[in-house]
Amino acid sequence: MDFSFTAEEQAFRKELHNYLLKEVPDWFGGIFVLSEDEYDRTWEFTNQFARKLAQKGWLIRSWPREYGGQGASHMEQFILAEEMAYFYEPRGAHYMGSNWVGPTIIQFGTEEQKKQHLSAIANAEVIWCQGFSEPDAGSDLASLQTRAVEDGDDYILNGQKVWTSYAHHADRCVIGTRTDPDVPKHRGISYFLMDMKTPGITVRVLPSIFGSHFCEVFLDNVRVPKRNILGEKNRGWYTMMASMEYERGGYLHYAGLARILDELIKYTNETQRHGEVLFNNPLIRQKLAELAIGIRVTRALSYRVAEMRSRGINPGAEASIAKLYGSEFHRHFANTSMQIMGLYGQLCRGSKWAALKGRVEREYIWSPEPTVAGGTSEIQRNIIATTGLGLPR
Amino acid sequence: MNFELNEEQEMLRKAARDFLEKECPGLLVREMEMDESDFPQELWHKMTELGWTGLVFPEKYGGTGGSWLDITILVEEMGRALVPGPFLSTVVHCGLAILGAGTEEQKQEFLPGIANGEMLLALALTEPSAGYDAGSIAVPATADKDDYIINGTKLFVANAYVADYLLCVTRTKDGANKEEGITLFLIDSKSPGIKVTPLKTMAGDKQCEVVFENVRVPKKKILGKLDNGWPLVEKIFAYGAVAQCAEMVGGAQRVLEMTVEYAKQREQFGQPIGSFQAVQHACADMVTDVNGARYVTCEAAWRLSEGLPCSMEIAIAKAWVSEVYRRVCLAGHQVHGAIGFTLDHDMQLYFRRAKEAELAFGDADFHKETIARQLAKGFPL
Repeated sequence: MDFSFTAEEQAFRKELHNYLLKEVPDWFGGIFVLSEDEYDRTWEFTNQFARKLAQKGWLIRSWPREYGGQGASHMEQFILAEEMAYFYEPRGAHYMGSNWVGPTIIQFGTEEQKKQHLSAIANAEVIWCQGFSEPDAGSDLASLQTRAVEDGDDYILNGQKVWTSYAHHADRCVIGTRTDPDVPKHRGISYFLMDMKTPGITVRVLPSIFGSHFCEVFLDNVRVPKRNILGEKNRGWYTMMASMEYERGGYLHYAGLARILDELIKYTNETQRHGEVLFNNPLIRQKLAELAIGIRVTRALSYRVAEMRSRGINPGAEASIAKLYGSEFHRHFANTSMQIMGLYGQLCRGSKWAALKGRVEREYIWSPEPTVAGGTSEIQRNIIATTGLGLPR
Repeated sequence: MNFELNEEQEMLRKAARDFLEKECPGLLVREMEMDESDFPQELWHKMTELGWTGLVFPEKYGGTGGSWLDITILVEEMGRALVPGPFLSTVVHCGLAILGAGTEEQKQEFLPGIANGEMLLALALTEPSAGYDAGSIAVPATADKDDYIINGTKLFVANAYVADYLLCVTRTKDGANKEEGITLFLIDSKSPGIKVTPLKTMAGDKQCEVVFENVRVPKKKILGKLDNGWPLVEKIFAYGAVAQCAEMVGGAQRVLEMTVEYAKQREQFGQPIGSFQAVQHACADMVTDVNGARYVTCEAAWRLSEGLPCSMEIAIAKAWVSEVYRRVCLAGHQVHGAIGFTLDHDMQLYFRRAKEAELAFGDADFHKETIARQLAKGFPL
């Protein structure tokens, strides 16, 4: 049993942390919840920053060396993800390409696909989006209906995707389609690498409380070459699941929450209510302690996933456990930090009288999302119960 | 980073589990709940033969030179099997304190007896004030030539009724700073003036009232420094809290397993109740809780074993695990339905012990205050 990081891992963290301290400006609050006035500035920054990281070789650090990466260990990947989360994910939408689209192409792609796509991801030249959910296929993703019909050397795609994050910024899309409607649903899915500029694709932003985050993607006779299938025809479900494994590294948002907690503690020491600083109120102190506990529990559950992967063991249900707990705690964190700030918590960034740069308001707005996205809490509980505990389906 | 036990530790864990499954059945646990005067002597004897009581002490004192982490492995298995008896108070609360702070004479006097299981000790810390802070310690020890005279009441003292010696935390000086003026004494429980009365507790564990009436203790039985015993109390508290967490994790894990087993077997509406989503989700929440509890406990135990600063980690572990064990027992009861309430069923044994364990060495509220005081300096990642 050993909870330490190696000297190399610690050195890497220090170097990365100092770099991020220098390069990520204080105004940057991430891309998850964005108001209109900060939209362009934020996107521009993440694009530039991803390119800077790419030049340093850090954007694809986790990739095998033969594909331009540094073969970074799982623990190093974890440290990198944790530090990025602490700085509110300055890679923006580029993290998808580097974190899992690229690795999935490395695992399942043809040589041609690797040549075509990997260096563009590595150089932060392209943004990828993920065409998974549909209006009638959310948690039951395998029931997706976007149809891909063979036509000579191509497939013709028709259908609609929804909740596609950042599709309006994306150059490419990994998209799940139905290539065989006559077999059980999991066995008739194919996974394509699609150019978002292909004629027939219409992207429409779905305004939400998070800003312009989600999109609908309409496919009207979109022609995608056969050579763009990733993996095998009708085996796409398994490719999709394998690609999702790359993302199951624990619930790293706790790092950003730790930063907010640190600022919140300072706030409670500086802010008076009823004649004394908030920090002296035992109820407030208990709430702050609860937040510290939840962050550390999330971290421990996430460490577990990382250390299992570093030993070559599939974390299985432990990844779901980390996601389940972390996301539900995230919601609790957001509400508790609002409670601590009282009336001031609701002030948006940029508003007069706003405190903590409006981070608490932003986190609160975001907080119902993590228990829904990436597999709802209910789905995670199903996985934990059946795959993890062996309860009957 | 690696959460797994090494090969030797895994062997220790498995051996402990197999041994306790055989030697500490539910019947024994129930018998001991009813017994106000004895402890499970045969089980204790077998545990000492296995070397458990000497595990963490150096060979020169009759021990086997094992580690703190080894003890936490044993204690977790004891929590799983609900082992009654004075292991924690003897070995962890008092034994480790003597090892860490005792004079060579004291170590020679006590440690071999602890290691071979012949000497039992209890920690007399809490008082009717029912707190774990220095301000709650008021029982005075007054100097009288070469002795000290102790008067007062200690309460919630685990295992005092069988202890040969009591490690008693007293106040030898009273000033504005309550952390100053605390002294620990190793007191022969047969000393005139000591009266021990077991309390009736929910868990049937033997927490006692210990009344000291003009109890005379020689100066040389001071453990550690005169008037400056609070740091030793804090150390005992740290080890005690982490050991308590290990014990709770063992119990919670067993409750989880028992509940999942039951959910697979029990049928209603023509199918196992474990196929209903509501029950599945309750079990998923249980394992989420238990795993988090285990990992924060391991983190705290490891940091303690490495001599790293860990007061935050210990407080986090005790606060979290206390609430987890309680929650998991409630969920376990919910899935088991009424059968879990019957005395024949083990579920209620864990439920009652969960509360006792939650309260020992500070409940969640207490530790959240500890955490908050540390947060005053900020919360770095």
